[in-house]
Amino acid sequence: MDFGNLIKIAVKALLNNKTRGFLTMLGIIIGVASVIAMLAIGAGSKQSIRDEIGSMGSNMITVSPGNGRFGGVRQSGSSMQTLKMEDYESIVREASYVDKITPTMSASGQAIKGSNNTPTTMYGTNADYLEIRGYTVESGSVFDESDIKHASKVCVVGSTVVSELFPDGEEPLGQVIRFNKTPMKIVGVLQSRGYNGMGMDQDDLIIAPYTTVQKRILAINYIQGITCSAISEEYTDQAIDEITRILQTNHDIKIGQDNDFNVRSQQEMMETMSSVMDMLTVLLACVAGISLIVGGIGIMNIMYVSVTERTREIGLRMSIGAKGRHILWQFLIESVIISVLGGLIGVILGVVASKVISLFNMPTAVQPFSIVLSFLVCTVTGIFFGWYPARKASRLNPIDALRYE
Amino acid sequence: MAEIIRTVGLKREFIVGDEVVRALRGLSFSIDSGEFVTIVGSSGSGKSTLLNILGCLDVPTAGEYYLDGVSVRNMGKNDRATLRNRKIGFIFQNYNLLPKTTSVENVELPLMYNRDVSASERRRRAIEALTAVGLEDRLMHKSNQLSGGQQQRVAIARALVNDPVIILADEATGNLDSKKSYEVLALFQKLHRAGKTILFVTHNPDLEQFSSRTITLRDGRIISDVRNDNIQSADEVLANWKEED
Ligand SMILES: Nc1ncnc2c1ncn2[C@@H]1O[C@H](COP(=O)(O)OP(=O)(O)O)[C@@H](O)[C@H]1O
Ligand SMILES: [Mg+2]
Repeated sequence: MDFGNLIKIAVKALLNNKTRGFLTMLGIIIGVASVIAMLAIGAGSKQSIRDEIGSMGSNMITVSPGNGRFGGVRQSGSSMQTLKMEDYESIVREASYVDKITPTMSASGQAIKGSNNTPTTMYGTNADYLEIRGYTVESGSVFDESDIKHASKVCVVGSTVVSELFPDGEEPLGQVIRFNKTPMKIVGVLQSRGYNGMGMDQDDLIIAPYTTVQKRILAINYIQGITCSAISEEYTDQAIDEITRILQTNHDIKIGQDNDFNVRSQQEMMETMSSVMDMLTVLLACVAGISLIVGGIGIMNIMYVSVTERTREIGLRMSIGAKGRHILWQFLIESVIISVLGGLIGVILGVVASKVISLFNMPTAVQPFSIVLSFLVCTVTGIFFGWYPARKASRLNPIDALRYE
Repeated sequence: MAEIIRTVGLKREFIVGDEVVRALRGLSFSIDSGEFVTIVGSSGSGKSTLLNILGCLDVPTAGEYYLDGVSVRNMGKNDRATLRNRKIGFIFQNYNLLPKTTSVENVELPLMYNRDVSASERRRRAIEALTAVGLEDRLMHKSNQLSGGQQQRVAIARALVNDPVIILADEATGNLDSKKSYEVLALFQKLHRAGKTILFVTHNPDLEQFSSRTITLRDGRIISDVRNDNIQSADEVLANWKEED
């Protein structure tokens, strides 16, 4: 088979119908570009979440209430009251693999200063929390043990809260704000950390002594959670085991019974997040993949029309000596050129789109495998969807084709 | 003289619904190299059916057909395609040029399906064929930029380019006015003088005096086959042409 000539013939036929060729290509271009962009967005978000969680400290461990039973009724974790101050105290006393530790409480509400107000979240912790989560105080200081002991109405505020409550650039230190009607004195301002990989403002918070939040804001006698850090990353699993054992003893949980609490490491959180992101990415890629198939069907559609429209031409080619397989290859090469060229443009567009998207605060990472994959899929699409029209053309009877009106 | 075409009891039947249409009812004749044969007959007499078989586009229902000494009847599709490509030049009533394509590319087309011909030789032979039909100044014109007569001359050049053993023309002048028809006829006569073997099908009996032999068909049978020793010149007809209005 003389492919050189067949390619020339196919290229000439395509050049004779540039607009149609391009419109056919458009389906493939959009399909490939979206596959690449979607996978880039997925991979980029996953990477940034990993970085994010990693930067929080990969030795961080969180204890939350869970799977509690009250009279046989299962309750959701957040409404559960299974964690007590004694649990925190036992871990502080007994755990040897735990370094920093704090009980955690949170309350959402309105922070008010004069005529300014802003909705925010107040976390009740001790000073360890800042170290575990990687916050640093920019000005002022963190509250101390005596503040915790006395449930002092003091707090450390994030920069977003500062800018909302003090829009004129007043000095916030020493000022008294109100949070859900409780007056709180600002003793420290946190260094700004900006947005995290999930688009959350990390500076929109107030940190206060846990006793203050527990007694004065929430008025509860249990704690909502415990956040701690293992002495180092490699002892995370031991720390988790240790905490689990201490809490099981405290809660009188027998072997075979469900725990009424959850202990999770940052590592696990990361894996959960990663698998969620993976699922999302697969979903996005599937949607994009479907558009690629639609593009392929577009090729088939146009090639069918083209075969019908060019029946006389096929008849003529056959009458001057073209064999069935020459005709088959001519149309197959046409559809492969359309799909490969469309794929090429799609790859370029997809990469450019990924770069543009990353300019808008959305992390992207173009995956080399996605380029190879979509290119391969394109070629296969071209062959697959070009095959039937091409075969139809090659099986025409030359006389009937010549007579075709 | 060498025998180019020989048919023995050639039959072609079409089945249309329950009916059998007998388009050819047993034709036996032979054509020698260098002959210019006109096949005449009224519409539906079987001329095109015969030409399609002779051009290896169709196969007879019964009978034998030898082209250049080779039996075509039992050949496969691909072998017949090769035969068309190397030994036959076909000319159609409606030219059948590729649209949006230059004359030279249209003429090159048969050679595109012949691996033995290089690109440069293909171009050279196409230009040579176009020169032979008097279109050397229209090489790069696209088919829609040419008149009907010029388009048919491009088609004739395309039929010449593979140096076939026989040129088959089916109503080649059917779409042309009478002056253009004589011009095409003059071109065929020139090719005939140069030694080409030509089979020219027409339903117009006026054109039979310009060839060396006339076969007349009626209802799928040969009713006469006469040699013409007094060939008229189409060039002369054109020289004495008076514009009729
Ligand atoms: N493909 C076909 N199917 C059925 N009948 C056909 C077919 N081709 C030709 N015929 C019939 O064969 C006869 C001869 O046709 P044709 O060779 O085209 O005549 P001509 O070219 O002399 O006008 C006609 O009666 C025509 O209807
Ligand atoms: Mg006819």
